Amino acid sequence: MPVPRWARGITPVLAAAAVLAVAHWLLAESPFFIYVSSLVGVNVILAVSLNIVNGMTGQFSIGHAGFMAVGAYIAGKLSLEMRDTAVSFLPEAASDQLFFILSLLAGGSAAALCGFLVGLPSLRLRGDYLAIVTLGFGEIIRVIVQNTPALGAALGLSGIPQSASLFSVWFCVFVTVLVARRIASSAHGRSLWAIREDEVAAEAMGVNTTAYKVRAFVISSFFAGVAGGLFAHFVPIINPNSFTFVKSMEVVVMVVAGGLGSTTGAIVAAVALTLLPEGLRSTFTAVGGGNAGLAQKVDQIRMPIYGLLLVALMLARPQGLFGTREVWDVLPRWLPRRRKGTA
Amino acid sequence: MHRILTGGIVVLAALFAAGCEKKTSTQTETPATGTTGQTGVQTTGTTGSAGTEGSAGTAGTAGAPATGDVILLGEVGSLTGAQATFGISTRNGVELALNEANAEGGVKGHKLAVRVYDDQSKPEEAANAATRLITQDHVKIIIGEVASTNSIAMAHKAQPAKVPMITPSSTNEGVTAIGDYIFRVCFIDPFQGFVMAKFSRDHLKSTRAAVLRDTRSDYSMGLSEVFTRKFTEMGGKIVATEAYAQGDTDFRSQLTAIRSAKPEAIYVPGYYNDVGIIARQARELGIKVPLLGGDGWESEKLWELGGSAVVGSYFSNHYSPEDPSPRVQNFIAAYKKAYGGVPDSLAALAYDAARVGIEAMRRAPSLETSAIRDAIAQTKDFPGVAGTITLDEKRNAIKPAVVVQVGDTSSKYVATITP
Amino acid sequence: MSDLVQHLINGIATGTIYALVALGYTMVYGVLKLINFAHGDVMMVGVYFGYATAFQLGRAARTTLWGVLLIFLVAMAACALLGFIIERFAYRPLRDKPRLTALITAIGISFALSYGFQLDFGPLPGAAPRAFPEVIRPTEWLVLGDRDVVVWNWQVISLLIAAALMFILQYLVYRTRFGRAMRAVSFDHRVAGLMGIPTDRVIAITFMLGSALAAGAGLLYAIKDTAVQPLMGLYVGLKAFVAAVVGGIGQVPGAMVGALLLGLIEEFVVGYTASSWREAVAFGVLIVVLLVKPEGLFGRVAAEKV
Repeated sequence: MPVPRWARGITPVLAAAAVLAVAHWLLAESPFFIYVSSLVGVNVILAVSLNIVNGMTGQFSIGHAGFMAVGAYIAGKLSLEMRDTAVSFLPEAASDQLFFILSLLAGGSAAALCGFLVGLPSLRLRGDYLAIVTLGFGEIIRVIVQNTPALGAALGLSGIPQSASLFSVWFCVFVTVLVARRIASSAHGRSLWAIREDEVAAEAMGVNTTAYKVRAFVISSFFAGVAGGLFAHFVPIINPNSFTFVKSMEVVVMVVAGGLGSTTGAIVAAVALTLLPEGLRSTFTAVGGGNAGLAQKVDQIRMPIYGLLLVALMLARPQGLFGTREVWDVLPRWLPRRRKGTA
Repeated sequence: MHRILTGGIVVLAALFAAGCEKKTSTQTETPATGTTGQTGVQTTGTTGSAGTEGSAGTAGTAGAPATGDVILLGEVGSLTGAQATFGISTRNGVELALNEANAEGGVKGHKLAVRVYDDQSKPEEAANAATRLITQDHVKIIIGEVASTNSIAMAHKAQPAKVPMITPSSTNEGVTAIGDYIFRVCFIDPFQGFVMAKFSRDHLKSTRAAVLRDTRSDYSMGLSEVFTRKFTEMGGKIVATEAYAQGDTDFRSQLTAIRSAKPEAIYVPGYYNDVGIIARQARELGIKVPLLGGDGWESEKLWELGGSAVVGSYFSNHYSPEDPSPRVQNFIAAYKKAYGGVPDSLAALAYDAARVGIEAMRRAPSLETSAIRDAIAQTKDFPGVAGTITLDEKRNAIKPAVVVQVGDTSSKYVATITP
Repeated sequence: MSDLVQHLINGIATGTIYALVALGYTMVYGVLKLINFAHGDVMMVGVYFGYATAFQLGRAARTTLWGVLLIFLVAMAACALLGFIIERFAYRPLRDKPRLTALITAIGISFALSYGFQLDFGPLPGAAPRAFPEVIRPTEWLVLGDRDVVVWNWQVISLLIAAALMFILQYLVYRTRFGRAMRAVSFDHRVAGLMGIPTDRVIAITFMLGSALAAGAGLLYAIKDTAVQPLMGLYVGLKAFVAAVVGGIGQVPGAMVGALLLGLIEEFVVGYTASSWREAVAFGVLIVVLLVKPEGLFGRVAAEKV
C-alpha cells in the first residue's frame, strides 16, 4: 500500500510510537530493566548526536557532557518549579507529561543556544582548538552549576518529578536517530561530509563551512540537551559530578569505537558500552559467589581498558567498527518503495 | 496551511496556560499513581521470589536471592575513592555483626548474608547500587551510607521501593526526612554542631571562631550552619567563614583570610582527606590555634595526611575505644581478632546498625519489609557499642557524643556531651 | 595590600610550576603538531615514582641535598622512559595519519594512565590520596610585618629549580646543534628529514625532555600541596595547555609567560572570590584569548597553505 506523500515523513514516527507503547505496557513491572534501558537510551542519544559533529562533519568536540548538563539542569529545574501545578482540564498524569515535554524542549533549546554560543567563535579555528574549547565549555558549565545555589550547587538538585518512562526515552531515541539519518542522506548532509573530507576544498566549492559547522553543532547540542533532560527525570538526584569530562570521553569512545560517521555504529557502541558494565557486574557477582568484590575490581578495570581500547582502535582500525557504513544501506528493503519510472 | 497550524498551536498553548493551577493533592516522592515512570511500587522480596524478573537481559541472575536459606542484606559504601576508609570500616562492622548473628543461629532459622557494592564516594553510584540491591538482589534491609550526600541519594530509591534503610553514620538531618523507611543509628548534625560549639565555649573558652567548610558535602554545610548558630547563641563570635571544595589541594588563600581575622579556634567540619592537608597548610601559615571538627575526621589516615599538624586538635565522635564498658571492649577484641587494628566509630556504628536490623528481623512477626520497618521503628534502649540506641519519631537516635583530642597516633578521649 | 602581595607570591609560585609543564606541551606540539593530552598524567606517574623513592630513602636521607637530587633524578628518568615508550608505540605509527587520530590516542593514553593508577592491586597506588613525604622542611625565609607577607623556603627553592630548568632548556633549544635540529623538525619535519636530520630520534628525545620537565614540575607541585592522587595530572595538564596556547603554542618563551600569567590570574580569582571557581578560570582565559588573539601572545599568524 503506497504511503501518500504528505504522510511519508511522519509514518515511521507513528509506527515507532505504537511499537514503543506496546513495549512500555509489557515491561511496566520491571523497574531495573526500565532504569538500565533508559540509561542505554540516553547514551544512544548522546552518541548519535555527537556523531553528527564528530563523525559527519569531522570536527572534534569533546565537551558533550556540558550540553547534557545544560539540558538536565534547565529541564530539571523547570520540572521542579512546575511540580505543583497542573492544567485543570487534563488528568494529572497527562498534565505531568505535558510539562515534562515542555521541560525537555526547554532544556534542548537552552543547550542548542549554548551550542550556538560556543560553536560560532570556535568553529572558525583549527580542529585542535575546538577540542579544547569544547572541553573548557563543559568544565565552565560544571563550575557555574557548582556555584549556583538555585541549581543545587555542589550538592545536587533532587526532587525532580520522575516523569521519564520507557516510552518517552526510546521515543526520543527514535526521533534522534531519524533526524541523524535524514541529515546524513540529505543535501545538507552531503555538505557536512564534504567538510569532513576536505574543508578547504569544500569552501572552494562554495560551501559556507562555518555556517554548516555551526548548524551541525547546534543540532547536536539540542539532542544532547534532550538527553540530559531525560536523564534528570529518571535519576533521583543530579549533581555536577555526573557531567564531567569523563562522561564526555565516554561518549567520544562510543562514537569512535562505533565508527566516526556511522549512526548505526554509534548506536551499537552506545548500547554495548552501557550494558557492558552492568553485565560484567552481574556476571562477576554471580561468579564471585555473591561477594561483589570481584565485580567491583572489574568495574574499576573498565576505565583504563577504555583508554587502552581507544589506543588500540586508533592503531589497528581507526575507522571504528562500522566505518561510515550504515545498517540500512546493507539490509534489504523491508518496505517496498515505489521507484520512479517502474511499475 | 501553515497559518492554520501555527494558529492552532497558539490557541492550544493559551488554553493550557489558562488551565494551569496548583495541584490539590501534594505528591510524595515518585508516587505510584499519576506518573508513567517507575510504575508499580514493588515491595521487593516480600514473598522471596527468585530474582529472575527484571534483569536487563544481561548475563546471570545475581547470586542468592532472598529465598530458601539465606536472608540477604545489602550494603553500599565507599570502598574506593577519596573516603575509602569509611567504606572499609563499615563493611567490616557489618560483616562482624552478621557472623556473630549466624553463629547464634541466624534469624528465624535462616542464615544471613550481605551483598556489598562500592559507590566510589559518588552519590549517583550510590543511587545506582541501591537500585541494584532493591530490584536485582531483593535485599531485606539496606545498610548505608556514611556520607550524607550518598545516603540521601540512596534514600530516594529505598523509600519509594519500601525497603528499610539504616544509615550507620550519616548525620545530616535531611537523610531520615525523606521517608518513614529511612533510619539512622547515630546522632544528627543539629546535635553535633551544638556539641563542638559547647565544647569550644565551655572547655576551650574560645570567644572567636572561624569556620572552613566543604561546599561539596551536605554534611559539612549542615554542620557549619549549626555550629555558627549555636556558637553565636552561646555568646561567641564567628569572625570568618571560608569555603573549599572537596578534593582541593591548596587552601592557603582561605587560610590566609582566616588568619587575618585572628580566631581562637577554627571549625573544619570536613572529611579526613582534606582536613589533613588543611591542618598542614594552616600550621605552615603560622596558625597555631586548635582546629575543631566532626566525625568526618574519623579515620586512621588522618595522621598520614596530616602528620604532626593535626595533633592537638579536637573533634566530635560517636564512641571512644577507651570506653571501659565490657560491651565495647568485647567488640574491640572481636574486631581486632577478625581484622587486626582497633575499630573506628564507623565500624562500631555499622556493627550497631546491622545488629539493630537483625534484632528487628527477629522481633518482626514476618519477614515482609513493611513488618521489618515497623520493628526497626520500635527500637528502644538497644545496647549498641557506640551508645544506647533509642529511635525517636523522626527515626533518629538520641545519643551522647564524645569529644576526642588528636594524639600522636590515636585519639584521646576528652569529654562527653549529652543532648 | 599585604594580601595582594601574598597572592602575588603564591601566584608566581604556581605559575612557575605550570610553566614547566607548559614547556613540555609546547615542545611536543612544536615538533609533532600534537596536543599531548597524556602529558599531565605522565607528570603524575613521575610524582608517584618520586614518592616511592622518597619513601625508600627514609626521613633522614631525603631531606639532604643528595636525597632531593636523587628523588628528582629518579622521577625524571622514569618519565623520560615513559615518554619514550608512548611516543614510540602510540604516536609514531600515527605520524602521517590525520591529527584527529593521534589526538584520540593521546586521550586514550591519558585515560589509561589516570584510571590505571587508581586501581589498587599490585604496585598500583589506588585512588586514595597520599601525603608526599616531607622533603623540604618548611621554614620562613622572609617575613614582613606581623606575618602579613610570608615567603617560604620551598617557594624560593621551587622558583630557582624551575628557573634553572627553563634556562637549561632555552640553552638547549637555541644554542646547541640538537636544538637547531629540533627547531628544524618543528618547522617542517619532512624537509628536515631530507636534510639529513634523524627526525625520529629528534622527536623521541624532545618527548623525553618534555616528560622529564613535567616530572620536575610534578614534584614541585607535590612538595607544595602535599596531597598526591592519581587524578592530579589531569587538571594541571589542561591548565598548562591553556598556558601554552595563551603564550602562543610552539613558542618557548610564550609558554613561560603564559603560564605565569595564568598562575597569577588563577590565584587572584580564587583569592578574591571562592575556590570553587578555580577550574573555570583557566578555560575562561582560554576562551577570551581564542576570541581575541587566537595565535597567542608570542605566536605568529600561520597562513594555511592549500
